[in-house]
Amino acid sequence: MLELYGTPVASRLLLGSARYPSPAILAEAVRAAQSEVVTVALRRESAGERAGQGFWGLIRALNVRVLPNTAGCHTVKEAVTTAHMAREVFGTPWIKLEVIGEDDTLQPDVFGLTEAARILTAEGFEVFPYTTEDLVVAERLLEAGCRVLMPWGAPIGSGRGLNNLYGLGALRAHFPGVPLIIDAGLGVPSHAAQALELGFDAVLINTAVAQARDPVAMAHAFAQAVAAGHAARLAGPIAARDMAVPSTPVIGTAFRG
Amino acid sequence: MRILVNGAWRETSAAQLAAALEELGYGGAIVTTALNGEFVAAAARSGTALADGDRVEVLAPMQGG
Repeated sequence: MLELYGTPVASRLLLGSARYPSPAILAEAVRAAQSEVVTVALRRESAGERAGQGFWGLIRALNVRVLPNTAGCHTVKEAVTTAHMAREVFGTPWIKLEVIGEDDTLQPDVFGLTEAARILTAEGFEVFPYTTEDLVVAERLLEAGCRVLMPWGAPIGSGRGLNNLYGLGALRAHFPGVPLIIDAGLGVPSHAAQALELGFDAVLINTAVAQARDPVAMAHAFAQAVAAGHAARLAGPIAARDMAVPSTPVIGTAFRG
Repeated sequence: MRILVNGAWRETSAAQLAAALEELGYGGAIVTTALNGEFVAAAARSGTALADGDRVEVLAPMQGG
């Protein structure tokens, strides 16, 4: 079974909790996805509305493990402070570390990310860094103490799937023992199946489920795709070839020779 | 004194963070706080003095990806 910082996780589909049509649909989607890990965030709370209180009650009722993020942080300082705040309020050492470097692509600032990962790991956090497929950055994050990596498939919310198959394949091959979770950019269940077929350990989906016409049905479809992709990986996919190979035996073919 | 709470200026007579949260209506809420960009743990709020112009963040669980 997949282990994330020593915690066994049966479902390889992690789900984000944002952008659903309603809290009830979010809850139903989590159940349909059979996700055990759900990402959450921190935002400014209004004393009058207290929106966060109701949301936290809903998440706790789902009986899932939460993975708080540092979304929206653009500096090491912001990300580290947000992680401290998340650890207190969510009661977990897990942190999905995001340090955003560029606003059009929401591409991670991998330099700040590595620095923040080092600081937080030293403080006892279990860091899930949102990174690119860059091998050298991955190496630096592991040196910083990360034991899980979350490379992007494509920019957050873009739905483009696995943009750099070569780079992601190389990442998988270089770090065979490190749990790798594709985070961001997947649009349809076939993208998730492809990620698992390539040997990635899990995927994190948010927008593709939350913004689907029927988020609950889409959550179910992603769960099936993840299961199929993982089963295919274990079954050993054939290698792709450039030329045709007859699947029907050629010996004894009529009318020839 | 005036303090900046979640980006809005508020008047408070509270001398420290815990009392300010009560006064601002956060009593009993599950929130986490920062003062001038530094995390202040819940247990430390009553011992954290406020000064005019301080920036206070009061955050709570929210949807995230």
